[in-house]
Amino acid sequence: MSKKITIEPVTRVEGHGKVTIHMDNQGNIQQTRLHIVEFRGFERFVQGRPYWEAPVLVQRLCGICPVSHHLAAAKALDVIVGAGTGEGLTPTGEKMRRLMHYGQFFQSHALHFFHLSAPDFLFGFDGDPAIRNIIGIALTKPDLAVQGVMMRKFGQEIIRATAGKKIHGTGAIPGGINKNLSIEERDEFLKGADPLNADKMISWAQDALDFFKSYYVANKDFIDNFAYFPSNHLSLVRKDGALDLYHGVLRAVDTDGNRILNDIDYQEYNNYIEEEVRSWSYMKFPYLKSIGKDNGWYRVGPLARLNTVDFIPTPLAQKEFEIYKAMTNGKPNNHCLHTHYARLIETLHAAEMIRELLNDPDLLGNDLVTKGTKQKEGVGLIEAPRGTLFHHYRINDNDQIEMANLIVSTTNNNEPMNRSVNHVAKAVMTGKEVITEGMMNSVEVAIRAYDPCLSCATHALGKMPLEVSLFDEDNNLIDRKRS
Amino acid sequence: MPHRKRMLIYGYGNPGRQDDGLGAAFIRKMEAWLKDHPMPGLNLDCNYQLNIEDAEIIAHKDIVIFVDATVEDIEHFHFSKVEPSAAKVEFTMHAVSPSFVVDLCRKMFHVAPETYLLHIKGYEWDFKESLSEAASENLEMAFRFIIDKLHGQLTFDEAVLQENK
Repeated sequence: MSKKITIEPVTRVEGHGKVTIHMDNQGNIQQTRLHIVEFRGFERFVQGRPYWEAPVLVQRLCGICPVSHHLAAAKALDVIVGAGTGEGLTPTGEKMRRLMHYGQFFQSHALHFFHLSAPDFLFGFDGDPAIRNIIGIALTKPDLAVQGVMMRKFGQEIIRATAGKKIHGTGAIPGGINKNLSIEERDEFLKGADPLNADKMISWAQDALDFFKSYYVANKDFIDNFAYFPSNHLSLVRKDGALDLYHGVLRAVDTDGNRILNDIDYQEYNNYIEEEVRSWSYMKFPYLKSIGKDNGWYRVGPLARLNTVDFIPTPLAQKEFEIYKAMTNGKPNNHCLHTHYARLIETLHAAEMIRELLNDPDLLGNDLVTKGTKQKEGVGLIEAPRGTLFHHYRINDNDQIEMANLIVSTTNNNEPMNRSVNHVAKAVMTGKEVITEGMMNSVEVAIRAYDPCLSCATHALGKMPLEVSLFDEDNNLIDRKRS
Repeated sequence: MPHRKRMLIYGYGNPGRQDDGLGAAFIRKMEAWLKDHPMPGLNLDCNYQLNIEDAEIIAHKDIVIFVDATVEDIEHFHFSKVEPSAAKVEFTMHAVSPSFVVDLCRKMFHVAPETYLLHIKGYEWDFKESLSEAASENLEMAFRFIIDKLHGQLTFDEAVLQENK
């Protein structure tokens, strides 16, 4: 009897995904698919709106990473107002945006590690779901839980100070920003009462990294082999090859580290990247045109970034990067769960960058906006916490947006997430008759490594259970489990 | 009187998705009201969603009221007490529930404020920054309910009991 297993999260509004796993009569995995609903309607929604509204409008798209959309839109509109592509802003404008961005990175990565991934490591993939979260950490390692909560808080406060407010921030505007950092704000972040200061955040980021490394040493085979598969990798890099999460050129490498996209100007991304539509998925599948649909897909996100860059421009993270790269002899790392390792190195880098920026007097400057000759079209790229984010706008003579194209990080990772699910399903479900909580969580762990944002645009509070349904070859339901 | 304690009213949701912005709209109404009716000890906050750092924020309060939109089958609004609960974290979720926040607060900081949830019924969830007419009416009713409680003799626990009669 062939079987179809469906893992289906349900959200309040939109942005949901489900996993279907097909088995043959012998219990072999024949096909796996991850289906995610994407908001293509949003691109139509912004059409006709004045271009300067875009950095605020796009925050309606996602309540999880609004800062990334805010900044990517602002970068695209920098081009349209003639302020150049990333390098044309005033020092205060660029550095305030960078501070906002690294604050977002820091809090987003901290949330993922302490709330979503560390519990799997601490309690096991088949551990009690009731404690496989930060509450479980609070009970067993209270210091670690406090670190997670306070790292999130620190990052959120950085965002509030730079974006102006928690919801629908207005900090970034076309050509620059609308506020600088006050001396009081700067001093609070640099010298605030323990633990809410930059030095402590760096120290805690190192602690989190050490925690993962200890786990890795004890579980090396498992970590190395979980959903391992070769892939291409794509990200922004600084022009000198450094990790730069805010701006740079677009680089991709293949599984051996050969350049397959060689530091191109992302204004021309359309010449190099295309999106494939597949009948069974609402979400497109991006790929490099030069390689083609079958083999041109790529990973984005922490793992990809540390595969494309040559070095990290902050000392503590660079030291960790060297250790990390040595594990794969300098070659690209294709181990799915090493994404967590890479994410923690980036967390440390973000903390170092925050301190470096806070010590830069340019943040206190008053020259906030650059203007130039207006253009009709602009592309903004940014490395969002979960990967490369593309915003592309074209305006008409009335300054209204007439075309918008967004490729979000989760879309870029569509094919790799599908492949990860396939690898895990084969490893844990082949020949099995009963779907256990551990099996379900293993599939989730594979997807979660990419930190996908499936609940874009609205919080889906308590509305995203997993449902596993087992069907026979005639699609009759024979079993269903809900987490 | 409840309002003499350290109180936080915390709305959440995405105001860019129509009625999902009921929580934020509630806070805006409270801000306007407080200009004419100052209440020492009462703080307001709002965000897109609740998250783990909110456990630290509520640890410093005696009473917390979370305000959220809901699609649940209620008439206009519903006021209930939040009990701590370590409910399973949902698949890839980047947000947590009020009961999760309270439980995390209790386990991390060994305190737990009296916590309530004001659910306001919403109907439309498109990419707009305005509430539907029906949701606006529900917001007004929910707002009046809370104002009455802030002014009145009922404790919030008594209000919950009254709501559930």
